[in-house]
Amino acid sequence: MTKSELIDAIAGKQAHLAHKDVEVAVKTLLEHMSEALSNGRRIEIRGFGSFSLHYRPARVGRNPKTGEPVALPAKHVPHFKPGKQLRERVNGESSGS
Amino acid sequence: MALTKADMAERLFDEVGLNKREAKELVDLFFEEIRTSLEGGEPVKLSSFGNFDLRDKNERPGRNPKTGEEIPISARRVVTFRPGQKLKSRVEGYAGTPEQ
Repeated sequence: MTKSELIDAIAGKQAHLAHKDVEVAVKTLLEHMSEALSNGRRIEIRGFGSFSLHYRPARVGRNPKTGEPVALPAKHVPHFKPGKQLRERVNGESSGS
Repeated sequence: MALTKADMAERLFDEVGLNKREAKELVDLFFEEIRTSLEGGEPVKLSSFGNFDLRDKNERPGRNPKTGEEIPISARRVVTFRPGQKLKSRVEGYAGTPEQ
């Protein structure tokens, strides 16, 4: 499922909302989530999962073409931990919401 | 403090002009539709944010960490999240101590 298919699926169930409004809403949600993570803020959605940042220390990498060492600075990467309901539903242990 | 569905609904109310009930329903539906797709075995690809993929894991040996007893970890399907390039580069620059 892509972002536009997700928008269509939601719009199909919220017939009173204009398709355009659903599109703006979904983009706003994703931007809100990206913004929170870029500020080091966690996201916690019960039954879905949580997003947080994991730290990656600085390391020396290599240019794969030349084999030359390259200093890579420390950074943070996004991490997702699925919640219980999502884990169970994906694994066919059908749990209701 | 962590971002929650209530914060997300609040922003839809403030910025998109949905009423409070519509905003709450939309946030619930957003996560529910993603769960439904994954439950049906279909990955979800949200460009600029990331992809929720599915992986089938074989049974493997495990241990009860308390008792040390060996117990097999059953075969299962799990969700993995692969952040997109845009999200990765936005997060990379964060220099503080993130909320854990």
